[in-house]
Amino acid sequence: MIVAEKKPIEEIIAQISEYKNILILGCNECVTVCEAGGKKEVGLLASALRMYFINAGKEVKIDERTLERQCDHEYLDEIRDIVDRYDAIVSLACGVGVQFTAEKYQNTPLLPGVNTCFLGVTEDRGLWTERCQACGQCLLASTGGICPVSRCAKRILNGPCGGSTKGKCEINAELDCAWQLIIDRLKALGRLDEYEKITPIKDWSKDRAGGPRKVVREDVQI
Amino acid sequence: MKLNTPSKLEKILKSGHIAVTSEVGPPRGSDPDAITKKAEMIKNYVDAINITDNQTSVTRLCSLAACIRLKLMGLEPVLQMVTRDRNRIALQSDILGAASFDIYNILCLSGDHQSFGDCGSGQNVHDLDSMQLIQTVRRMRDEGKFLGGDDIGRPPQMFVGAAANPFADPFEIRVPRLAKKIAAGVEFIQTQCIYNLDKFEEWMKLARDRGLHEKVFILAGLTPMKSAGMARYMKNKVPGMDVPDEVVKRLSDIPKEKQAEEGINICIESIERLKGVEGVRGFHIMAIEWEEKVSEIVKRAGLYPRPEV
Ligand code: SF4
Ligand code: SF4
Repeated sequence: MIVAEKKPIEEIIAQISEYKNILILGCNECVTVCEAGGKKEVGLLASALRMYFINAGKEVKIDERTLERQCDHEYLDEIRDIVDRYDAIVSLACGVGVQFTAEKYQNTPLLPGVNTCFLGVTEDRGLWTERCQACGQCLLASTGGICPVSRCAKRILNGPCGGSTKGKCEINAELDCAWQLIIDRLKALGRLDEYEKITPIKDWSKDRAGGPRKVVREDVQI
Repeated sequence: MKLNTPSKLEKILKSGHIAVTSEVGPPRGSDPDAITKKAEMIKNYVDAINITDNQTSVTRLCSLAACIRLKLMGLEPVLQMVTRDRNRIALQSDILGAASFDIYNILCLSGDHQSFGDCGSGQNVHDLDSMQLIQTVRRMRDEGKFLGGDDIGRPPQMFVGAAANPFADPFEIRVPRLAKKIAAGVEFIQTQCIYNLDKFEEWMKLARDRGLHEKVFILAGLTPMKSAGMARYMKNKVPGMDVPDEVVKRLSDIPKEKQAEEGINICIESIERLKGVEGVRGFHIMAIEWEEKVSEIVKRAGLYPRPEV
């Protein structure tokens, strides 16, 4: 999933300072799972903002709404009739949702309420960690199912580097060294001999380096 | 003797001499004297001088320009090049720039993470990794081709080196990793600073068991300790560094003003012992901001005078 975290409320207040009618728009997908922008967080943010404006002696109307998804035309259409009531929307969806909502409603300012962080997993209650950088050409078959692009601090494809210490990465003793994990896993699979195959120079044109990407599937187009 | 390049380092190694290299770290500024002074101090005691490439990710004068300074002094530089800061265009371009000044040695590295240095909020590149940089230089040299496939006019002639750290984890893949670098085309290795000689010897034995010592020239890396404090720092704070307790104790057991001398003694004893290890073909003495000690180490370790080739 896409993992996001809440923006500090001060930053959101600064973004909306000039508006009087605001919609806080949540998303029921990834940001709900990572507890940054679902219905619950929409409610919490709306209450905190109302409290802030009351204390500040300002009259600002804050409404709440959470869509099934903000990255789909179908669900975004659900707010078509009410959008005009607001002079700004704070979207708690990931950066994708914020943009897609903005594209759909050209005349309404869209402000991000979360920082979109990475593609990752819920490793534990309250702990989300990165697993993929959408490099566009997945290498996991040769790395024991562990991604060096997103999990090695230097995205070394033929690791580990000389800084790997007791299973941890040179940049932080709390962080697992991806290459230690890869080696442990290859060993568990009885495939450590594969370690000596050199991973060739990667085609990064499928990564963000190649410019904005697109997937076209004619077979499913109508 | 078949030489692949005009490198003096290659010639010394292939002639069967024990090679001695050292390093000069460029300054945090543009004063060329900072390079030439250090180089003057060590030039008669070493065969080649590495120039570090923004080591520990602290921004410094560039390795290539400093190598050119050495070249202008008639010395033999080893261009260190990290994959952290340059993409494949810049790497190939700098290799050609170096080749245009007849720089004949390169050391291919990934580089420390930028968070260690003065630009922690910067991007890192890592378009290639060190293994792939080795392949790149070999392709440019041996096939005369760019990565993109086009021909290079006057291809670079570089003796290709890399680092190896026998002390990083997991230990079990440290020899396979050396084998991998050899398969990628590396011709010489300069190791991480050795303080745990037993472990280094174990690594060398495993390398010999696979015959790797006959496929690559291994230069043992050494850094003299200036003090017990430095030993403790290296032990506890530098990732991938293995400083045994005995080394820390030996330094901390003696008065502060004698510790530097003891650090030099340890370094020389290590060289003496490592000379007897089959497969060790030279020494890389990294006397960090202590270049004036290189002459003493080289002389007392019986590595002086340096051979004429
Ligand atoms: S190799 Fe690429 S696509 Fe596969 S998990 Fe890693 S970043 Fe994602
Ligand atoms: S220690 Fe491991 S994860 Fe960290 S940069 Fe080195 S190889 Fe990558």
